[in-house]
Amino acid sequence: MARAVAVVGVGQTRYGNRSEMTYPDLVREGVQAAFADAGLGPEDVDGVVFGTMPSMMEGVAMTHFYFADALRAVGKPLMKTETCGTTGMSLAITGYYWVASGMADVVLVVGSEKMHEGDSQATMSTVAEPFFFRPFTSGAPGIFSMLAQMWMDRHGIPEDKARDAAARVSVDHHRDALDNPYAHIKKAVTMEEVKGAPVIVYPSRLWDICPNSDGACAVIFACEEKVKKMSGKPAWVKGIGFCGDEYWFGDSDKVSWDGARETARQAYEMAGIRDPLKELDVAEIYNPFTYVELQHYECFGFCEAGTAPDRVLDGTFSRGGELPCDPSGGVLCSNPIGATALVRVAEAALQVTGRAGERQVEGARLALSHGLGGVAQFNGIMILGAEQ
Amino acid sequence: MPDKHFHTKKHDVWLPYRFSAGPVFERFFEGLKAGKILGNRCPRCERVLVPARTFCPRCYVDMGQWVEVSQEGRLVTWTMSTEPFFGMRTDLPYVAGLIHLDGTNCNFMHLLGGFETMDIEAVRERLKGSVRVRAVWREEREGDMLDIKYFEAAD
Repeated sequence: MARAVAVVGVGQTRYGNRSEMTYPDLVREGVQAAFADAGLGPEDVDGVVFGTMPSMMEGVAMTHFYFADALRAVGKPLMKTETCGTTGMSLAITGYYWVASGMADVVLVVGSEKMHEGDSQATMSTVAEPFFFRPFTSGAPGIFSMLAQMWMDRHGIPEDKARDAAARVSVDHHRDALDNPYAHIKKAVTMEEVKGAPVIVYPSRLWDICPNSDGACAVIFACEEKVKKMSGKPAWVKGIGFCGDEYWFGDSDKVSWDGARETARQAYEMAGIRDPLKELDVAEIYNPFTYVELQHYECFGFCEAGTAPDRVLDGTFSRGGELPCDPSGGVLCSNPIGATALVRVAEAALQVTGRAGERQVEGARLALSHGLGGVAQFNGIMILGAEQ
Repeated sequence: MPDKHFHTKKHDVWLPYRFSAGPVFERFFEGLKAGKILGNRCPRCERVLVPARTFCPRCYVDMGQWVEVSQEGRLVTWTMSTEPFFGMRTDLPYVAGLIHLDGTNCNFMHLLGGFETMDIEAVRERLKGSVRVRAVWREEREGDMLDIKYFEAAD
């Protein structure tokens, strides 16, 4: 039986163009913030988990070596994991496993990216193999735009309605990001601006697409025994799920998206959640593109297949709605990729401990955090709760 | 942008790779050179997959019988790119999509063309609804995915 595990500290850097400092210094900023938040020091940590996007993004192949000092990992076991955009969730789940298994009591989990230093678009294009996919995928936006078109077509969703809903998601998140001191893009946009923006990869337009951000995020996981000795409010891990799809993009049905659904099923079963829309108080969906967020509402059972646009337009997922999603502004407004899914975990922890500041969803007790990556290949979920 | 700018160290990494095609992809590419699209059938689940594979991703058994698949099919989804990206081998703007070739059990990724691609509204109009498409080949073929120039509307 797995031990109870909680998040006992989170640290985030400001996201954006952070070219005023070196990459290890940026990692250190996130780590220091997490230690300060938890009231712990490196002497309390049994092991460190670290990850980024594929290392081509950093231009340094062994980032966990490069950052060993910044991570305070010297003399400790150090594990690296990378699953593209899902990296942050894979990191969190790895940290969770380590503590839940009893092999460690306190684990520091860190994700980072400094996207302004390299060519993020080229790095992401190399995620696809070179024979059959790379010439056609247009990096990540192309893949998710194809998903969006398939999803509209399958469910007979009028293009204009999906367009309106995706624009509403963008408007909501850009407004929400104004309340998040760490957010990168701080610009309110209107429905007209989003819908009239230049097409980047149809149907995705400029404000449907996440930015390139620099940033680091650190989260500290601890076992129950350690948690009881600490004074801060813990965010308990209630459920986790992770599911990878098969590699060949054209083989699987990414509308029914069994991998995404299975991820949620695992996490809900572990957390004892039957009706996610009613039981969850807030969700941090991994939303690098507006349309894919709509698909995930359906895959995660927040609404029926094909109805996400209606639910978005009636405000179900907005601040003040039944299940506010991405009150932080989400990936759409800050995307330091290797950190991004871990930011979803950190934000969920802040929400259920009532420490999310201006972006706090009042009375939030149960929060879902999500990571997505690969060629729409990996989904991961961690559900955090105020109660053990 | 940060208030103050510091010196940056420019550094290029140039790493050439040579990816092995192996016998199965090699035969697939030889097929393209001959103007044929080759798939193969899984002896267990009987799906016909294209491009041909070494093993069935689901059954994990070696793929069996080779099949020359239809050069026509149904357009499943598409996207139009207006921005350049790394690895791109075509002019902008271009339209890529997933095509369900007749008689196969998966979708095949390639380009769409043979119509006006400069204007998104024209592309939308052309690709609206259930569109049948067929392969258009290059005259000079060298055993590469772009031996197929693109798929054009067949109806």
